[in-house]
Amino acid sequence: MKLGTELQTMIDGVKNGRMDRRGFIQRMIALGLTAPMATQLLAVGGVAMAQTPSTYKPTKRGGGGPLKLLWWQGPTLLNPHFATGTKDQDGSRLFYEPLACWDADGNLSPVLAAEIPSLQNGGLAADAKSVTWKLKPGVKWHDGKPFSADDVVFNWEYAKNPATATVTIAAHRDITVEKIDDLTVKISFKKPTPFWADAFVGAPGAIIPKHLFQDYTGDKSRDAPTNLKPVGTSAYKFVEFKPGDFIRGEINLDYHIPNRPHFDSIEMKGGGDAVSAARAVIQTGEYDFAWNIQVEDEILLRLEKGGKGKAVYAVGGDTEFIALNFTDPNTEVDGERSSMKTKHPLFSDPAVRKALALLIDRNAIKSVIYGRAGRTTANFLNGPEKFVSKNTSWEFSIEKAIKLLDDAGWKPGADGIRAKDGKRMKLLFQTAINGPRQKTQAIVKQACQKAGIEMELKSVVASIFFSSDVGNPDTYPHFYADLEMFQIPMSQPDPAQHMRRYHSSNVATKANKWQGLNFPRWVNKDYDAAIDAAEGEIDPVKRAAFYIKANDIMWEDTVFIPAMHRLKVEAAANTLRPVLSGWANETDNLHEWYREA
Amino acid sequence: MSQYILRRLLIAIPSLLGISLILFIVLALAPGDPFSELATNPNVPPEVREALRMKFGLDDPIYLRYVHWLVAMVHGDWGFSFVSRMNVDTLILQRLSTTLYVIGSSQVLALLIAIPVGVYAATRPYSVFDQVANTLAFIGFSLPTFFTGILFILVFSVKLDWLPFVYSTDIKATGIHWVGEQIRQAIMPVMVLGLFQAASMTRFVRSAMLDVIRLDYVTTAKAKGIGQRRVIVKHVMRNAMIPVVTLIALQIPAVFGGAIVTEQIFRIPGIGSLLISSILANDTPVVMAVTFVFACLVVLFNLIADVLYGWLDPRISLR
Repeated sequence: MKLGTELQTMIDGVKNGRMDRRGFIQRMIALGLTAPMATQLLAVGGVAMAQTPSTYKPTKRGGGGPLKLLWWQGPTLLNPHFATGTKDQDGSRLFYEPLACWDADGNLSPVLAAEIPSLQNGGLAADAKSVTWKLKPGVKWHDGKPFSADDVVFNWEYAKNPATATVTIAAHRDITVEKIDDLTVKISFKKPTPFWADAFVGAPGAIIPKHLFQDYTGDKSRDAPTNLKPVGTSAYKFVEFKPGDFIRGEINLDYHIPNRPHFDSIEMKGGGDAVSAARAVIQTGEYDFAWNIQVEDEILLRLEKGGKGKAVYAVGGDTEFIALNFTDPNTEVDGERSSMKTKHPLFSDPAVRKALALLIDRNAIKSVIYGRAGRTTANFLNGPEKFVSKNTSWEFSIEKAIKLLDDAGWKPGADGIRAKDGKRMKLLFQTAINGPRQKTQAIVKQACQKAGIEMELKSVVASIFFSSDVGNPDTYPHFYADLEMFQIPMSQPDPAQHMRRYHSSNVATKANKWQGLNFPRWVNKDYDAAIDAAEGEIDPVKRAAFYIKANDIMWEDTVFIPAMHRLKVEAAANTLRPVLSGWANETDNLHEWYREA
Repeated sequence: MSQYILRRLLIAIPSLLGISLILFIVLALAPGDPFSELATNPNVPPEVREALRMKFGLDDPIYLRYVHWLVAMVHGDWGFSFVSRMNVDTLILQRLSTTLYVIGSSQVLALLIAIPVGVYAATRPYSVFDQVANTLAFIGFSLPTFFTGILFILVFSVKLDWLPFVYSTDIKATGIHWVGEQIRQAIMPVMVLGLFQAASMTRFVRSAMLDVIRLDYVTTAKAKGIGQRRVIVKHVMRNAMIPVVTLIALQIPAVFGGAIVTEQIFRIPGIGSLLISSILANDTPVVMAVTFVFACLVVLFNLIADVLYGWLDPRISLR
């Protein structure tokens, strides 16, 4: 409590200018808090969110020549509300803009908004039930029409209409958006919502023009000519689009941010594979930038020798994990395997789960597979910094695993495989077909064998593994195996949606056609309580504490064994200065990119 | 002759129907979901995926979907891509010119190499020229295009830095420079495909020529004192070309398929790469349309082969 009052004094100090921002943050770091956490403290205390200073150097608009981007999966459509993957969001974002986007630290920076809403500027309501965005005046669509609050309201109506079937519906259906005046919109929430920056933010929040889409809502949404010829507000105007292959744009001389953009034209080429994309940027320099170069680090290091480019990294929250099945995949109840009415014969013993966690050699996985693109971790939730637990640590020890299993009564049989009460330790470990994943499987299997656990490896084609096909038993939500490994992209710097998935109300079963997101079928009251509490908590520090607690409960229960905290890997020409964020799409901060002379 | 063509055309209709039915059933039974990418995205609720499946009729019974497809197809509506929500015919047309340019050039290159080399080698069997040509042909068709493709890239793009290895559909130059750039970027893929085709075709031309060259009428012609060149061109080649025409005509649809790998390596936005990406994305309307186009090509080139037979050997079209 004492710390609390001291904090309040200090926050007041920053507010009335007695203490500068940096001084405050340094003191907080000295107290053991991280910089982003300190920033959040200021935000809740009524100080506006920090904005990372721009590193942009050019002093005039244009003159940078063409910017050539290589996306090995080219965008196939250019409407942010229909974007079925990051590639489409990336393509749409070349021409459309949101109100604000995320920077590398997980802070918002304004794009079409005049400022970021805060308690101080009156944008955020004290009860967290509404947020008011002020729009930047004088912004024009590429066809010269003015951008206004009507466009924002229209995007809400467009996206929340079930007949339009947008992929952005979740961000829009539970809110109300109203126009206050031409340059002000107010978003109201049904209940206090600490994470208020979901709609209209980042690449999925890019805004489409009302005057060109208003006749094409609902069932007619596919007929809009502008689905393929976007008219946006961005730094580049649309020229040409060939789905999956090619996009071209030219400089927007009326762009609303001064001196930007640096490049005179932009092109995005699609197709091919990650390795040759890396080669075209790093080795031959045919292109300036290539997206998502998740290839073995050894290959990148070889290409970088004497090359014209290098690999660049952005830290986000993506975690490659091994999930444990809490139900029995080999027993059928009412025609359903992995039924909630069963318990996993081996994993119902916590010692077995803990032993497995001890058998994952993260250092080997990092050195053999991920290299610079991975960080070892014990947490499921790995970012932003303020949500990362410091209470956990991982260990690789075959001896400890053996001891744990011995003590729990799992004794090796004649064949060296452990057993107890007639249950043999034989596990089926599945994943999607993918080089790094299969290598990780092999490393895990080897350690398990040494500890007397027999492991059968299975890999499923990615298009099946990740499909929602109800009839296919090999999809990840069916989870008809003991262990499975993959990664769920964390697309927002807020863990609410990411962590909500494992709430017990979300268990994937036959009854909900395996559409539930809690595929380990893990039920824990404390976890549910932490998640529910976090969602109603307005104080960011307390809220972060709830998510850290939720992460620790998962770790304590060994639901997910994190294999690697994965970084985004991109390739960039040596002279290019891209601005990347692990919390945003690669094209989100494109107006800040430039080339060093 | 016209009756012969008409008869052939009428046979083509039921075969195309049969092919389309089989393709449709196979695709409908194949696992996968065009909206699978949404599955791991926590921001997209499962209901949206369900709604999209409903909207695009993915949950209708197969026969209903086939009838819908067939009726639309007869009306000239090829459907639209689930993934890009664009009309399938636009998508295919956008890529057709590139495919025709690259594959057409490689086919021409293959013929320009295979016919003279095959003919010359057959006239001097087991000579040094024949041996060398044979060896090269063996090497040529035993090396897969994905291997030669990458080899070419490593040598001509990475080591020597002569040619670009990313095919661009948007070349900014104009006039003669534009033509130059178009040729420059097509060199590697055309060589890779063309040399592979030429290798197998050379072997075929040579053996077809050898079969005819030993026939009595050729010996007679030579005995009458007709010049070597005239015998070869007028008497031997015309007859030897019948099986060659069959091979080429039937191979062209296969070349479209074989080019898929090459298109992928050089990022050529052709029909093959459209097919691959659509298969990976489970974009069934596009896969259906492209495979159906391939089926039509097979039928069409069969027809052309038949007509050419009739022209090369009039006995075939009489019955």
